Amino acid sequence: MNLEEKLKNGKFVITSEIGPPKGTNIMPHIEEAEHIKDKVDAFNVTDLQSSVMRLGSLATSHLLVEKGMEPVFQITCRDRNRLALQSDLLSASVLGIRNILILTGDHTVLGDHPQAKPVFDLDSISLLKVASDLMEGKDMVGNDLDGIPAFFLGAVVSPGYEPQELQLLKMERKIEAGARFFQTQAVYDLDAFEKFMKQASNFGVPVLGGIVLLKSAAMAKFMNENVAGVNVPERYINMMASADKKDRPKVSVQIASELIKGMKGLCSGIHIMPLGWERYVPDVLEASGF
Amino acid sequence: MLITRCKDRELIDILKKKRCLVLKCFGCREVYFPEEEIDHILKEAVVSVANKGRFDYLCREEFTERYLKYLERVLKEVDSVVVFSCGVGVQVVSKLIPEIPVIPGCDTYYINGFQGITAQDVDCQQCGECWLNITGGICPITSCSKGLLNGPCGGAKNGKCEVNPEMDCGWGLIYKRLKALGEAEMLKKSAVNIRDYRIIIEGRKKE
Repeated sequence: MNLEEKLKNGKFVITSEIGPPKGTNIMPHIEEAEHIKDKVDAFNVTDLQSSVMRLGSLATSHLLVEKGMEPVFQITCRDRNRLALQSDLLSASVLGIRNILILTGDHTVLGDHPQAKPVFDLDSISLLKVASDLMEGKDMVGNDLDGIPAFFLGAVVSPGYEPQELQLLKMERKIEAGARFFQTQAVYDLDAFEKFMKQASNFGVPVLGGIVLLKSAAMAKFMNENVAGVNVPERYINMMASADKKDRPKVSVQIASELIKGMKGLCSGIHIMPLGWERYVPDVLEASGF
Repeated sequence: MLITRCKDRELIDILKKKRCLVLKCFGCREVYFPEEEIDHILKEAVVSVANKGRFDYLCREEFTERYLKYLERVLKEVDSVVVFSCGVGVQVVSKLIPEIPVIPGCDTYYINGFQGITAQDVDCQQCGECWLNITGGICPITSCSKGLLNGPCGGAKNGKCEVNPEMDCGWGLIYKRLKALGEAEMLKKSAVNIRDYRIIIEGRKKE
């Protein structure tokens, strides 16, 4: 069963994430994924995450397909105009990639090439619509395609975003444009997440709750100050702060598993973003009862 | 006013349905303004136009503030204000009367080497497809650092843009304005908006 079928059948799915490196040294990342592939239903591959120039998500997604794993190809609107975006979607299709996560993307000035031209010719909603049209056999100006791709289209939503009704409104528009699953920004506040899911579940589209492994109290504080929609409660910050450096991964795993257990009844699955701590994902899953 | 073209039939529909105040700005008249077209449209919509007038240099906030003070009584009677001007004029008016929907009557076209007479803190990129009618009179192209047309990205923190924490999230402002106008639902119903860059490229070729 693929990701779409599992979600349809009501399986609580687990996705994780690969962030391609700056350079060609991708094999260690693929091996790390292979190590946990029996427990993880699909792997997102980030598209120049944080606007930093890296190996591409299309090639990395394809390597996962070759190794028998299921990728979720992330594609942002930051670096490509509408011709390149449509073309890359077709390329993904012929490379055996089915799951596409469509995002607007961080601004170029936040990354390591701040001098670059920010493209944003399309955005998450218009690209979802365009991808849906490709699946109907038409490009975005109505020309017929010779060979039609089949995708499982996803998008992101940020439960902690204020105002929440604006986020829900955009979520609804994304669904109208073709989104069939959602992965969320990192969740640390289960009460707030439950409140969000009460609204979001009315749309009837599966939501995978986002888990980011905390590495330190400083990271938590940084995210609280700088990352949109992320609010790490004092309690978790204190837990991280009072742990010895060597115990931090253990505490981090404990926090993540607490969140995952709490999410089980609320949403359709989880999306783990290890941000370099891929080696602890098996511990997180085990501690969460998977 | 820069090079503008009247918005089409949709505008007449709005004018017919609502009780409107119409403001015309022919300030930069050495450039181009569709005066005849505007008069034609107004004639068709005559029933619902409560008042109309020519008020040049709407882009100058201090002028416009005075015009609107003078029109105070009319403003209480209308349910929208239609502005025939460039995008800057529309935005200045909507900034001054955020409680009344302000609708652009024109699309503002790109013109080489000319950006209007006075510098303002609201900006018009002369995209030729004025979006201000669906965004509460706040330009999504110049107030959003990504120029997004279909709502905010997820990057704003505490209402501030991910690019510059001193800058308000343009879509946050648009949403607040639409909500105050009771038109937030409009965002949900809006079509998927995509820009047409031909308008700018062809405009440049002509020069």
